[in-house]
Amino acid sequence: MWKTIFRRLLLMIPQIIILSILIFIIAEFMPGDPFTGMIDPNVDPAQLDVLRERYGLNDPLHVKYVRWVGNALQGDFGRSFNYKTSVLNVIGERLGNTVRLSLLSTILTYMIGLPLGILSGRYNDSILDKSVIIYNFVSFAVPTFVLALLMVYIFGFNLGWFPSRGSIDIQANTFWEQFWSRLYHLILPSITTAVLGTVSIIQYLRTEIIDAKVSDYVKTARSKGVPIEKVYSKHIFRNASLPIASGFGYTIVNLLTGSIFIERIFNYSGMGNLFLESINTRDYSVIFVLVLFYGILGLIGTLLSDLILMAVDPRIRID
Amino acid sequence: MASNQDSEAVIMSDDMSASTPPMGFKVIIKEFAKDKLALGSLILMTVILVTVFILSFILDQDTVTTVSLFDSYLPPFSMSTDPLYEGTQYILGTDSAGRDIFGQLIIGARNSLLIGLSVTVITSLLGVVVGIMAAYYAGVIDNIIMRIIDFIMILPQLMIIIIFVTIVPNYNVVSFILIMSAFYWVGQARFIRGRALTVGRLDFISASKTMGTPTILIILREMMPNISSLIIVNLTLNFAANIGLETGLSFLGFGLPSNVPSLGTLVSAATNPDILENKAWVWLPASTLILVLVLCINYVGRALQRSADAKQRLG
Repeated sequence: MWKTIFRRLLLMIPQIIILSILIFIIAEFMPGDPFTGMIDPNVDPAQLDVLRERYGLNDPLHVKYVRWVGNALQGDFGRSFNYKTSVLNVIGERLGNTVRLSLLSTILTYMIGLPLGILSGRYNDSILDKSVIIYNFVSFAVPTFVLALLMVYIFGFNLGWFPSRGSIDIQANTFWEQFWSRLYHLILPSITTAVLGTVSIIQYLRTEIIDAKVSDYVKTARSKGVPIEKVYSKHIFRNASLPIASGFGYTIVNLLTGSIFIERIFNYSGMGNLFLESINTRDYSVIFVLVLFYGILGLIGTLLSDLILMAVDPRIRID
Repeated sequence: MASNQDSEAVIMSDDMSASTPPMGFKVIIKEFAKDKLALGSLILMTVILVTVFILSFILDQDTVTTVSLFDSYLPPFSMSTDPLYEGTQYILGTDSAGRDIFGQLIIGARNSLLIGLSVTVITSLLGVVVGIMAAYYAGVIDNIIMRIIDFIMILPQLMIIIIFVTIVPNYNVVSFILIMSAFYWVGQARFIRGRALTVGRLDFISASKTMGTPTILIILREMMPNISSLIIVNLTLNFAANIGLETGLSFLGFGLPSNVPSLGTLVSAATNPDILENKAWVWLPASTLILVLVLCINYVGRALQRSADAKQRLG
């Protein structure tokens, strides 16, 4: 197991290097530079050129890349020209918000997905099962941004149950006020994410349980006199949850990534919104680190998923 | 038909029809006849497609996008207040620049549908070619192709598409389609490869290879027909997904150029809280249309999927 992990980690290094070079080249082609937006008549263009020279923006690509890698290895990922602070600070500020949102969304996703999947698999072809299938179909098909907008429109504005924008109330001062305010702002976006996120959980659980119901090991357990509830909880569920376990690595990684659409519509200041703002302000240093970060998370997610699958099902050996 | 034949022949023909499985379109028709919701979706989808395309021939993109500042944010069914456009009625109201929402809805729907279709066709073509190549040649070629596909799959695709949209010079509809296709063919290729691998290992393919049938003929005449139903199902489901993707990107402002109406651009007006809350006629029709279209196409796709797999058929 440790050998596998070590080898997979080693294999990730060239992938990360290729990824960073690719993104570096793409970022180089982006029009304008961080000074484009700052051109004001009072600043001498020659002065800006001096600045560009000093920040090394005019250097050839490979020089910039090597310098960036050298700094990155020492923990310096560059500075954001838009926020006037280090990229790590900018991302660190947003990461908390995104993790809070994704954590609540993930918990809700499993809270909705697991029971519905189990029930519709256990009582398949019942009315409940049919409604779950319809729900699953709709949540698979609906584009995130359409549902999110409708949620804001209905629950945020028309019914006024939840705040529709932002991540915290300005008036919240004490710790508990802040805590509740944050939670209150999280409810609508996380419900929206959760409602759309249950597709694969329900789908897998349902088919696996339906398949397992007629399998030999279940018949054996029943004929031994194991109560039906126990057969479901101990025998069927463990086997049926394998495909879900295989996706769990991505779920963990997704806690850090967040959703561009959800954050944009709910005006929630997390990673997704940071990315859009950085694109609009041509803040390359942030864009570059963000995309690299997401790419590396994708790699880790694949590794984690394989490892979890190995841990859950000893029959599976991945190398 | 059987009235002129003797009873034995009738029994025989009955037996025959019972033993030969229903083929091709018959299965699909049976499936839709059995599932009324699928039939309804198919009819609704056809009605929307036909209306959109007929109306988009009548309406002109330039007239639809004409700005008339006097008519800003008119509610539905109001008459134009601009002396230049005396007597025009806006069935669905107008947007911030006084442009007719209904016209934009039709032209936007046409654009979104055509882009969704182009991306689907391009990604499927690439996916089928690469996927079948990987499955047919297997070994080293398959390994190389799959490493590349895995790598692209890991990339944060939405972000990279957005970056490309901002860096491409002379950005237009064609470049948008190409950028989207460049990232979404990998899923197709992976899916097709998986299916083609099982077909490629069947005995009749090996037999064909030993007989010396040219590769191209084996692929076209023997492998393709065996995965064609999957390709069709996949086309339908991806069509719906790509419409969602295009409208989503246009919604974020990284889709169609701003002068080309799209359903997503219409919806993006809703990022302004005032429009979202008080001027729902600007974005609600487009959102509803996206929702209805995507649901219908997906449902039709599911029905096709069931008819392609004998185990899942209802009829």
